[in-house]
Amino acid sequence: MLKNRLAKFGLAVLLLFFLTAVFAPVIAPYDPDEIVASDTLAPSLSHLFGTDDLGRDIFSRAVYGARISLTVGFVAVTISVLIGTLLGALAGYFSGWTDGVIMRFVDVMLAFPSIFLILAIQAMLTPNIYNVMIVIGLTSWMGVARLVRGEYLKIRELQYVEAARAIGCSHFRLIFRHMLPNAQAPIIVAATLGMAGAILTESALSFLGMGVQPPMPSWGNMLMDAQAYMRDAPWMAVIPGLLILLAVLSLYFVGEGLREALDPRKYHARS
Amino acid sequence: MRKFILKRLIQLVPLLIGVSLISFFVMHLAPGDPTSLFTDPNIDPVELARIRANWGLDKPVILQYFYWLGNVLRGDFGNSYMTGQPVLHEILQRLPNTLLLMISSYFLTLLITIPLGVISAVRKGTWFDNLVTVLSFIGMATPSFWLGLMLMLLFAVELDWLPAVGMYDVLSGSHGPIATVFDVFRHMILPLTTMTILSLAGITRYQRAAMLEVLDQDYIRTARAKGLPERIVIYKHALRNALIPIVTILGLSLPGLFGGAFIIETIFAWPGMGRLGVLAIFQRNYPLIMGIVVFSAVLIMLGNLLADIGYALVDPRIRYAKK
Repeated sequence: MLKNRLAKFGLAVLLLFFLTAVFAPVIAPYDPDEIVASDTLAPSLSHLFGTDDLGRDIFSRAVYGARISLTVGFVAVTISVLIGTLLGALAGYFSGWTDGVIMRFVDVMLAFPSIFLILAIQAMLTPNIYNVMIVIGLTSWMGVARLVRGEYLKIRELQYVEAARAIGCSHFRLIFRHMLPNAQAPIIVAATLGMAGAILTESALSFLGMGVQPPMPSWGNMLMDAQAYMRDAPWMAVIPGLLILLAVLSLYFVGEGLREALDPRKYHARS
Repeated sequence: MRKFILKRLIQLVPLLIGVSLISFFVMHLAPGDPTSLFTDPNIDPVELARIRANWGLDKPVILQYFYWLGNVLRGDFGNSYMTGQPVLHEILQRLPNTLLLMISSYFLTLLITIPLGVISAVRKGTWFDNLVTVLSFIGMATPSFWLGLMLMLLFAVELDWLPAVGMYDVLSGSHGPIATVFDVFRHMILPLTTMTILSLAGITRYQRAAMLEVLDQDYIRTARAKGLPERIVIYKHALRNALIPIVTILGLSLPGLFGGAFIIETIFAWPGMGRLGVLAIFQRNYPLIMGIVVFSAVLIMLGNLLADIGYALVDPRIRYAKK
């Protein structure tokens, strides 16, 4: 029951953020990059979230930041799910040495503290928004790969797969047309939770100056200068963080809700 | 058991080679050059070539890797570009500070998370369970650096109870060893709290799920059926079995803890390996980055190995199956 209500709450918040991102130019009262008032004004009616150290309107920056942060999260998770699904499917379907090679590669990737690897790659490339998406995607697919491999190992034994093989379906057709739809549910759940992770990673990277570059606003890089103004303008630190928290939390709630909705057997048996 | 450990240790070798190979190539194939960060753009090309040759940067990347690997096998991780100190020395100097933070956080997490998860599972569906569930989700959704900033804002800036950054006060050394310990402790509270809150959430959820699963088992029904008091059923029969998966989770959560350490140490200016690593990245200090990657990978793998051994120790089924 609780999960259900939380999932609805999450969905509502996500929808709100999504619409904010889409209609950013209509919603934002000021230009996000322009200096519109004196610096570090406390939140008020004319500046809902106050102004930052340069005198830019934090509300407008947060609205445009939703666009950036959600896009980065979405693209990054798409990349990671594509790679993870492909490698996991190949490993689970063929097993044998293909499986061995792919899973050892997964082990190697998992042995890195991933934020360090991402930071290192970002520092070597020029950090910009496209690199952020790609690098996060390339370093976060391992969980999906393991999950999909497990699903394929199970599905492979099902009779309909044997039937499809008997009538002469190619490997390609078996993997993508016949087996993939059956593995969909856990992939969708993993993608939802993965997007939450990607948004968190983006914010940490941008906070350290290795992610989305200013003046382009992202919720992470809005926090970059906040530490220096903590005494004079604490709202600079509080608001973007709360937005990240809210977005990630909503994704978790929706992900958990989906998990229960898509896999009723497992959950109803126990609860 | 000894065979199992030995086999696992041998398996570490190819993994480590993979890890070092990937990081080495990622660093060296990227455009740009570490010398450009601190040399004058108008530097004499002959001089620049001399520096590059001195660091081995003029050789093909694959050769550089084998030089590096050969030296590492002899215990030489190279010298830091910035300080000229041996990388191993720099890391070993910082490692205890990181371990102090991580191990304390581990114990604190266990201390809080086990009772929380167990009570939550036993009282499934009550307001307490719901509260724990919602708080766990919030904990998992909080960006580590932001939580650090908020704690700093509250306890260091607004209330001024605790120091915001660093590990020692300037004068602490002059008041004797007890004062120093107390000083480190005071500096540790904020980073430690941040780190613990972050790992708390996930592990509580695991503990709750593990306990729920055990409470569903036949032997629990048997224990109840033969009339044992509920207290004994839960704390003697169920809890012991519910602790088994936690051993694994503690091993698996190591990379996360390390990742957290990089960011948390950076925010709180805690002089550990994580902060050293982030600095090394900003400075393109190749030997230092490689050293830290290898060190963290070894620690993560050893942690996983320890978790597996611990698993075998606490789960008699596995122990006997191995024999």
